[in-house]
Amino acid sequence: MKVLVTVKEVAAVEDEFQIAGTSIDETYLEYDLNEWDDYAVEEAVQLQEAGIADEVVAVTIGPERAEETIRMALAKGADRAVRVWDDALEGADLLDVGAKTAILEKVVEEEDPDLVLSGVQADDDGFGATGVSLADALGFEWAAVVNHLDQDSVESGTASVRRELEGGVEELTDVELPAVLTIQTGINEPRYASLRGIRQAQRKEIAPKTLGDLGLDAAAVENELTLTDMYEPETESDATYFEGGPEEEAAQLADLLREKGVGAQ
Amino acid sequence: MTDVLAIADHRRGELRDISFELVTAGRELAAETGGDLHVAVISGDTERFGEQLQLDGVDTVHTVEDGEEFNHDVYAQVVTQLFDAVEPQFLLMPNSVNGLDYAPAVANRLGLAYVSDVVDIGVDGSTLTATREMYGGKVETTTAVEADQVAVSIRGAEWPVTDDTGDADIEAFEADVDESAVRSTVTGFEEVGGGDVDISEADVLVSIGRGIEEEENLDLVRDLADALDATLSSSRPIVDAGWLPKNRQVGQSGKVVTPDVYIAIGISGAVQHVAGMKGSDTIVAINTDPNAPIYDIADYGIVDDLFDVVPALIEEFE
Ligand SMILES: Cc1cc2nc3c(=O)[nH]c(=O)nc-3n(C[C@H](O)[C@H](O)[C@H](O)COP(=O)(O)OP(=O)(O)OC[C@H]3O[C@@H](n4cnc5c(N)ncnc54)[C@H](O)[C@@H]3O)c2cc1C
Repeated sequence: MKVLVTVKEVAAVEDEFQIAGTSIDETYLEYDLNEWDDYAVEEAVQLQEAGIADEVVAVTIGPERAEETIRMALAKGADRAVRVWDDALEGADLLDVGAKTAILEKVVEEEDPDLVLSGVQADDDGFGATGVSLADALGFEWAAVVNHLDQDSVESGTASVRRELEGGVEELTDVELPAVLTIQTGINEPRYASLRGIRQAQRKEIAPKTLGDLGLDAAAVENELTLTDMYEPETESDATYFEGGPEEEAAQLADLLREKGVGAQ
Repeated sequence: MTDVLAIADHRRGELRDISFELVTAGRELAAETGGDLHVAVISGDTERFGEQLQLDGVDTVHTVEDGEEFNHDVYAQVVTQLFDAVEPQFLLMPNSVNGLDYAPAVANRLGLAYVSDVVDIGVDGSTLTATREMYGGKVETTTAVEADQVAVSIRGAEWPVTDDTGDADIEAFEADVDESAVRSTVTGFEEVGGGDVDISEADVLVSIGRGIEEEENLDLVRDLADALDATLSSSRPIVDAGWLPKNRQVGQSGKVVTPDVYIAIGISGAVQHVAGMKGSDTIVAINTDPNAPIYDIADYGIVDDLFDVVPALIEEFE
């Protein structure tokens, strides 16, 4: 069977940064594979190693720069990748869920996988919606916030999963394949890319595609959401800060803690 | 199309807090649109839930009988049908784990613009403005949604819960659920995270986050916990990495703790973490990032490197 993994390159913001209009100035951003997607890639690669998946394909929506991140997924074991980008996406501050769904739907139709794995959410825009929206658009089944997948069940055509609910409770659910699962951190232990993997990844294919290649036009990604403002949240902090270097800070904190009766045996 | 439709959330026989927060948010929106507030509750003990949702400001409660517990295939169908029946301007859903499992499907099915995890909303004519966080809470954004009808999911604990009773009409809604389209089955629930310690019982918690960097470095905070006679807990990444067992995780999907003193070390203060520890009596944060959201709820802060501060603190108590 074939497993498709949706991956996203996300930007992390440095401790100090500046906002330019409705985005953060490039110089303060560091790009990396979205944390949740890393776990999704690992789960797919494990399915492959167990002999359940024949092929693992990674798909991303992102500019050429994102290939560095996609190579990480390839280095960890994905067989090949598809990268969708287009001038029509270039200047967009915000790609909404509908736009991502429209693009990924076409890729899934072309690839025809039995299982799609995506992260629960992306660390940058935090919509937490693409996987489930995509499943619905495809007429696939789905499960969100999955922290365990019974690999054997996948072979028999039903994914038995655990969904991590709030407060330390898990829901056991069976979903029929084909399905989209949104993967929660902690489901596995993502591997580091080995040197050998990194070398091999250089030779693996990352197929670039435009909207036109997928039979879409710019209208498919137009959306009703506009980012109108971005700002640093006003700090609500009324904390008392201890200052003066580690020793002094520790001494002041120690005084406070003793006052509260902490550590007084 | 000025009405607001909010979908309640429940689990194992109880309406969840977010249901009452949705009513508050819905009431605010309805006041701005001049429309009615409809609240729907699907599955479970709908009779009891319906009565509990007869709150001030709610015009109609729709009860939909269908099984005991949440099933996303059922919810997706029922909410779609309710939307067509009520024709609201705004459809409000919870950004809970259940919400994550059906709200995007509903928005897709109805072809609605969808804004998720919003922390504030306002209306200007037919434009909805939603406040959201990005980059793990480092920035806040305003998103304008220019559409006649919009689907929104709201973040928990951002609106107050309401329990003022009102006189809403309760109406049973007959949904036409296509069983052949229900291809997921919930087979049970399981509690996880039991074991040797119960961090929710601790008076003093030394809590460590990703700032600790390496598993070996955990010894440092273990020593601190020993020196303070405190219990060790952590944020999620430490548990995901397998460095501490699940029963040590504080947060939305871990444990809710209410110690006298909570010392958050190398923890950014993501919303799902804060959900588990904001009820602590005194919160101390040690973090190199002066803008970390944890400082918003901390009573005391040290903006410095934990690898310098923690050893010095241990020394103070030896
Ligand atoms: C559905 C769902 C449920 C979740 N449930 C939970 C939950 O129950 N509990 C939970 O905790 N999270 C939960 N999360 C994850 C949450 O979103 C965050 O990813 C997580 O809380 C981040 O943990 P952290 O603060 O340790 O790491 P980070 O956010 O990476 O923060 C690390 C911090 O350490 C600081 N730091 C780095 N080096 C040093 C140093 N040398 N000295 C001092 N400070 C330093 C950094 O400035 C930073 O602020 C959940 C997420 C989802 C989507």
